[in-house]
Amino acid sequence: MLADQTRLSRKWQHIFLLIIVCCFTWIAIEMVQFDFYQSLLSIPTAGLWMIENLWITAETWREFPDIMLKLVETILMSVAATTIAAFISFFLGIAGSTTTRRNGLMAGLSRGIASVARNIPVVAWALILLLSFGQNSLTGFLALFVGTVGFLTRAFMESIDEVGLKSFEALTATGATYFQVIFKAVIPQALPQMLSWVLFMIETNIRSATLVGILTGTGIGYTFDLYYKTLNYEAVALVTLLIILTVIVIELTSNRIRKVIL
Amino acid sequence: MMGVAYIKRSKTGRINIKIGNKVDYTLKAIIWFLGIVTVAAFLVFDYTGFHLTSALKETVANLQTMFLTPALTHFSWSEAFYQVGVTLALAVLSTVIGAVIAFFLALLSAENLSNQAVAKVIKTYVAFIRAVPTVLWVLIFAIAAGLGSTAAVLGMLFHSVAYLVKAFSESFEEVDKGVLEALRSTGAGWWQTVVHAVLPSTMTYLLSWTFLRFEINFSVAVAMGAAAGAGGIGFELFMASGFYFDLREVGFITYCILLVAIILEVASTQLKKRYFPSQQ
Repeated sequence: MLADQTRLSRKWQHIFLLIIVCCFTWIAIEMVQFDFYQSLLSIPTAGLWMIENLWITAETWREFPDIMLKLVETILMSVAATTIAAFISFFLGIAGSTTTRRNGLMAGLSRGIASVARNIPVVAWALILLLSFGQNSLTGFLALFVGTVGFLTRAFMESIDEVGLKSFEALTATGATYFQVIFKAVIPQALPQMLSWVLFMIETNIRSATLVGILTGTGIGYTFDLYYKTLNYEAVALVTLLIILTVIVIELTSNRIRKVIL
Repeated sequence: MMGVAYIKRSKTGRINIKIGNKVDYTLKAIIWFLGIVTVAAFLVFDYTGFHLTSALKETVANLQTMFLTPALTHFSWSEAFYQVGVTLALAVLSTVIGAVIAFFLALLSAENLSNQAVAKVIKTYVAFIRAVPTVLWVLIFAIAAGLGSTAAVLGMLFHSVAYLVKAFSESFEEVDKGVLEALRSTGAGWWQTVVHAVLPSTMTYLLSWTFLRFEINFSVAVAMGAAAGAGGIGFELFMASGFYFDLREVGFITYCILLVAIILEVASTQLKKRYFPSQQ
């Protein structure tokens, strides 16, 4: 009887959810004047256009060294932003985790910093920083860095929380100091998970770096934008292909690393 | 774990208390590698027009103007409200349509529900789509459909579908094998297994992934407004910072985005707490 009732209320919950989602979708369609028919139609058009225009010709390969240079710059930018952000997040994570926190003020502060950094989109950071840092690699680097600190702090806090209180309490009971406990019990257990998040963030940042590059005029994003605006679609295809290759290679590598460390 | 008879000693005869293994080496190697790449990155960066002290001073001053004296000059409160709505609408459309398409594709790409070959093909295809940054999809669609909401939704849709197919099919693959076999042995058809076994046990995961994607799509929609002319609050942000150089308006818009993003984050944590109490 009780099971029947919960099942019934579950069913109503789902129907209710469905109605809400439908309402929101309808409002959204009205708001942006989204045309289903036209967009369905434009998928084959776009496909045809891609097949017709996105051919990499021999001529385009002359641009290859330039594009590679920018791509390497972008990769380095993402890795550097992630690594340094991981270093900062490491301390913020320890200060903010429920297992390892020392006082509420520090914990609240690090959680607050993480939340603000994470929730202001990377685009906004890029545009804000562009105003004072100008058009160079550092602007892109900083924009990625801030967003990454926000994300990694949250991820690290969760990784540290997952380790649990047991080993923390065990070491505290032996008379180990706070930092001894952190470095001998908490970090060794949480490290594989944390590094897995760092790898994930490097992948994400290479994709975001393209976007940030378009806005701040740096790296591969700028190269793409330049070719796109000068209607050099062969080069656009080459840039896109190289980005795809980079992302896939990095994804496969980090999957293999994950298999070893986790 | 440790052998009793054999004790590992170092060259000087001291007992080795660290068990060197593949995992430790890999962890160390990754950390060293990342550190070296980071140093290298700073050596090759392009520092055109960059002066650290003046840039820092300017940033602090700019941030102060932005966040302490936010104001609207080029448009009204209701306009700002409307633009946030447009950005949310782009996110809603690409998430909802994306989730529906992804659901069916994920059924076809889950190895326990579908043909192995079909699953492989879809998974590879989806990995390929995911590797292209969303903004590139939007810009490529913009050539065919013109800049605007259609191109933006299509581009974001592509990426959402690719992301959700991966998440959904992994959830489907975790469904208990025994349950599927039990249903099949009663003579249930493919659709019946999906509706009565797969859906009930994965529904909460699907919803949770979809909401997470909605959160991501909101910030993507802001980005598309700024970088691909998709409209909404992102476009206003781009105009305020890139054309009017109006820091106070940039501050106001940033606050708007921050507010919505935090509301979405709180909502998703609440949903998680409600549907996955064991994980908390």
